Amino acid sequence: MPKIKIPKSSPSIDMTPMVDLAFLLVTFFMLAASFRASEPVTVNTPSSISDKFIPENVVMVTIDQDGRVFFNLSGEGARREMLTNMLGKYKLKLNDEQINKFAFMSTFGCTMQELPSYIDTGADDRITFQTKGIQVDSTENNELHDWLSFAATAALNSAKTAFEEAKLNGENPVADDFKPKYILRVDSKAVYKKAEEVINVFRDLNLNNLNFITSSELAPIN
Amino acid sequence: MAEIAESGGGGHGKGKKRAKKSSTRVDMTPMVDLAFLLLTFFVLTSTFSKPKMLPLAYPAKTEDIPEGAEPPKMNNGITFILSKDKIFYYQGEYHPKENPDKDGSVTELIETNFGPGEKGVRKLLGKLNTYVLVKKQGLDDKLRRKEIADSTYLKSLDKIKVETDALKALIKTDDKALCKNFIDLVDELKIAEVGVIAPVDITPGELQLLKAKLKN
Repeated sequence: MPKIKIPKSSPSIDMTPMVDLAFLLVTFFMLAASFRASEPVTVNTPSSISDKFIPENVVMVTIDQDGRVFFNLSGEGARREMLTNMLGKYKLKLNDEQINKFAFMSTFGCTMQELPSYIDTGADDRITFQTKGIQVDSTENNELHDWLSFAATAALNSAKTAFEEAKLNGENPVADDFKPKYILRVDSKAVYKKAEEVINVFRDLNLNNLNFITSSELAPIN
Repeated sequence: MAEIAESGGGGHGKGKKRAKKSSTRVDMTPMVDLAFLLLTFFVLTSTFSKPKMLPLAYPAKTEDIPEGAEPPKMNNGITFILSKDKIFYYQGEYHPKENPDKDGSVTELIETNFGPGEKGVRKLLGKLNTYVLVKKQGLDDKLRRKEIADSTYLKSLDKIKVETDALKALIKTDDKALCKNFIDLVDELKIAEVGVIAPVDITPGELQLLKAKLKN
C-alpha cells in the first residue's frame, strides 16, 4: 500500500479578507470620527439624560474649572459683525489678517486689551495663554455683557438670512429651527456662583431660555 | 510573514535565457501594518458620544419688585438647597422661627443625596410627584396603543406638569455648590417630570439654616 501523503500546507495565509476588513473599519472610523477644533480650554461637562442635540446656530459661554469665562459664536459672518461692533465700542483697531483669524477661531477668552495678542497666538498655544478670561464681575466694565449683546444681534441676523435662504430654496422652514440657542458649557468642578454671574448677564439681556451642555447618560429604567 | 514573493522561472541550465517571470503576488505586509495603524489611531481618537444639551428656563428678571415684598405663593412646592456635594430640601413655604406656619411648624432642612437609594433624591421626587407620573403613565399607554398622536402627547404632558397638584421645585445654592451638583439636581427633576424648575437666590434665613446643618 502506498503511504498516504499529507498535503503540505503552505505557511502563507491569504490575508485578503483581513485586509478588506481592516480597510473597511478604517474607512468607517475616518468617516464617523468628528474632529473638534482645538479649544483653548478643557472642560469636563456634567452628565444628564437629556437627548437634545446641539443645533448649528449657537451662542456659547464656557466656564472652566477655575471660573474663567470663554465665549464662542458660530458662523463666520456673525463673528465678523460681532467683532466690528465690539471694536467700535472699545475703540480698538485690528488689521485685516487679525479679523480674518478671529472669524475662523473657535472659543476665545481674554480681555479686550489682550485681544490682539490673543489672536496672534497660535491656535495650539492659546491653551497656555495667561488670561483671566472675559471679564464679568465689574458692572461698569462688563465685557461679557457687550460680547453677548452683540453676539445675540449678530446670531439673530444670520438666523434671519438662513431662514430667508431656505424659503427661497423652496423648503418649508420652521423659524424656530433657525433661532440661535444660548448655551452654557460649564465644568463639573466650577462653582455654581460663577455660572450664576454669567447667567445673570444673560438674564439682564432678557435671554432666559438657556441650555447646559452635558454628556449623555442612560435614563433610569422604571 | 505573509507572502514571500517566490522566485519564479529560471533554473534552466542551457537553452535560451528567459525573462524572469515575476510573481503576481505582492507582499501586503506593509500595507496591512499601515491599515491597522490607521485603524488604531481612529479608534482611539474618535469620540462618539456627541454632547447633548439640557434646556433650563430661568425666571425673567423683573425690575419693579419692591424691597421686602412677599415672594409669590406656591402650591405643592419643594425647595432644594445645594452646597458642595450636599443637598437639602424642605417642602412648602419657608417658615422661620419668627413666623411659624398655621400649625406652628418651623421650616427644617432635611438632608438627602444624589444617589438612587432609599434616601436619595430620585425616590423622594418619585414619591412627591406621583400625580404627574401616574398621569404620564396613562398617556404613555395611550400613546402605545396609538390613541393619541405624538404632538398631543407632548402637549398634554406639558399641561399636566404645570397643574396645581404637580410638584414645583425651587433650587437655591450657597457659594460653595458646584455646577455638577446643580446639573445633577436639574437632571433628577427632569427624570421625575417636574415641569417647573426655578433657580432662585437663597435668602439670608435659609443660608443660616444651611450653615447650622453643615456644621454638624
